[in-house]
Amino acid sequence: MRHIISILMENESGALSRVAGLFSARGYNIESLTVAPTQDPSLSRMTLVTRGSEEIIEQITKQLNKLIDVVKLIDLAESFHIERELMMVKIKATGEMRDEIRSMADIFRGKIIDVTPTTYIVEMTGPSEKLDAFIAAIDPDSVIEAVRSGPTGISRGEKGLHL
Amino acid sequence: MELSGAQILVQSLIDEGVEYIFGYPGGAVLHLYDALFQQDEIKHILVRHEQGATHAADGYARATGKPGVVLVTSGPGATNAVTGIATAYLDSIPMVIISGQVSLPVIGSDAFQEVDMIGITRPCVKHNYLVKDVTKLAETIKKAFYVATTGRPGPVVVDVPKDITAPHIKVPYKYPKKVTIRSYNPVVTGHKGQIKKAVDLLLSAQKPIIYSGGGVILGEASKELTEFTNKLGYPITNTLMGLGAFPGTDKQFIGMLGMHGTYEANMAMHESDVIIAIGARFDDRVTGKLDLFCPYAKIIHIDIDPASISKTVKVDIPIVGDIKPVLEQMLELIKESNKKPDKKALELWWSQIGQWRAVNCLEYDRESPLIKPQYVIEQLYEVTKGDAYVTSDVGQHQMWAAQYYPFDKPRRWINSGGLGTMGFGMPAAIGVKLAFPDADVACVTGEASIQMCIQELSTAFQYKTPIKIINLNNRYMGMVRQWQEFSYESRYSHSYMDTIPEFVKLAEAYGHVGMRIEKPEEVRPALEAAFAMKDRTVFLDIMTDRTENVYPMIEAGKGHHDMKLRVAIGTSTDRELA
Repeated sequence: MRHIISILMENESGALSRVAGLFSARGYNIESLTVAPTQDPSLSRMTLVTRGSEEIIEQITKQLNKLIDVVKLIDLAESFHIERELMMVKIKATGEMRDEIRSMADIFRGKIIDVTPTTYIVEMTGPSEKLDAFIAAIDPDSVIEAVRSGPTGISRGEKGLHL
Repeated sequence: MELSGAQILVQSLIDEGVEYIFGYPGGAVLHLYDALFQQDEIKHILVRHEQGATHAADGYARATGKPGVVLVTSGPGATNAVTGIATAYLDSIPMVIISGQVSLPVIGSDAFQEVDMIGITRPCVKHNYLVKDVTKLAETIKKAFYVATTGRPGPVVVDVPKDITAPHIKVPYKYPKKVTIRSYNPVVTGHKGQIKKAVDLLLSAQKPIIYSGGGVILGEASKELTEFTNKLGYPITNTLMGLGAFPGTDKQFIGMLGMHGTYEANMAMHESDVIIAIGARFDDRVTGKLDLFCPYAKIIHIDIDPASISKTVKVDIPIVGDIKPVLEQMLELIKESNKKPDKKALELWWSQIGQWRAVNCLEYDRESPLIKPQYVIEQLYEVTKGDAYVTSDVGQHQMWAAQYYPFDKPRRWINSGGLGTMGFGMPAAIGVKLAFPDADVACVTGEASIQMCIQELSTAFQYKTPIKIINLNNRYMGMVRQWQEFSYESRYSHSYMDTIPEFVKLAEAYGHVGMRIEKPEEVRPALEAAFAMKDRTVFLDIMTDRTENVYPMIEAGKGHHDMKLRVAIGTSTDRELA
């Protein structure tokens, strides 16, 4: 099953490699990983998407908690949460395609953030599946490149991941 | 007080109460060695290879419970220390390793003797620090000791760039009395509800067994374990790492378990209905094939490390906490409870165990004209009155030492259980002897293992650490040869060396006493003579039966109930091997 693990960790050099190293050393799978400092600059927040059986996810969270730099973590999949991913796609856009891509971007609530005579860059946020759907809906030959941030997530309600 | 980084580091170690540093100088640590030279509170033990430094510090730590301290230079000094760091990591031994590093401005430029020590050691340390600011040096050292010695202990590396220790940069020094790390809070007390549930299950057991490991020794809980076990009257088995946590000569002790454990211990595990695992981690050498592991048992597991619980074997009642207070709480509840262990069931259980014991799985050919390695260990036990510190290397000799030398006290049996590091034993023995100069310290080894750190004989001479090296010389990498005999139709691929040094001469060359023993009747007198030489290191090169195997054995892919026993006494002696 897919799990989104949200980790609050010391914003120290090497902290990221401890997490990445743990996953490769123990043979766990990382689907995506995003990290940035929080409003408290001494802390970073990492969102990691992984897959595994319940036993493996339990080991992953225990092993992550064991890392000295990890302050706290939650498995977002265990409760109600909101998940978003950012994507930017550079698309070939000439002739009739210019209108078609614009309307497609509108349907998916995307924004065109850069225009040249022959290309658009479409920005889109949403759950990962929505971004997948957009990519599937346009002509694959027209995509010059796509960049995705990997999902980040936050739990709903009053509880939060903080010190 | 204003000090240079080098002085701060040395003063921090003094303030931490460090007695010995095991190390080897080099370019990146010259400032540090200069600071060491100008003090006389800490003794530095100069080894001959950095691996020896880590094993000696490790042996010191295992014997005393205090953290072992290592100092090595950057680059090759640091990489040579890695095997010893990994050895300590796998067995959860508290150590602080200070490695030199090239100066901060040249880090990352492939400078002379530069290696990414933080990156290399990341997977085999509890934590590591690169010191980037001399004003944080003292605090970092304090943190390193705090992390290494609390919770589940382990090695911590502090990588110190050369410019941090420069003599002309002085900053105020104060060694913190205490540090807290907001992201590190090891759990100490166990969950009360879980403990209550565990006691209820234990007291309703019909075929209970206590399975305890190295965590009991690390947690200084031998006294509590012994009281707990005696109070319940249940059988107890120890892992290789746990030997000595419960007296090996007590009648409730049914031997080590696992691959070369006793028949009775493994059968009892297999047939048990309740297992309480205490400070043990269900290692693959203990469990055998996981699908076949203890099919009838409910399992209670006490461990300070939550990640050890349900890692390989799913447990029914996990208790995360420091073993000593958890056992104290359990003992209290057992005494208060109106439920008592089921006497009748227990009698039946012990009589069943008695039948397994009667198989006499450790019996060997005592009439052989060749020296049996098991006999040597038995004689070692008698000559040292069972009270020696015994270190070992890795292989057959290690298993025989574990099987035939019952340890009554914790911290007496010192071996590399997790990583299985050949070359560990002799430097470890030096560390033990420094900690306990009046105790008998024996290193049980083999002619292959001993050569992996043989250079430390020179260290033993320099610091006058009179250890006794019991070299069970069978002219084979015995354990490799045994597996090749059992699993590879006796194709002895590279488990034999064409030339083995004359160890007597070698020992003498290093300034020690060497003895070669070729007949069984010479073993006892030689051991007595060796241990009588209180101020000399003695190398006993004992020519043992080349064909002897370690029995009993759980072969790969089998369960506890499916042990390979010795077929008949005396059958192995005449086999042609080479």
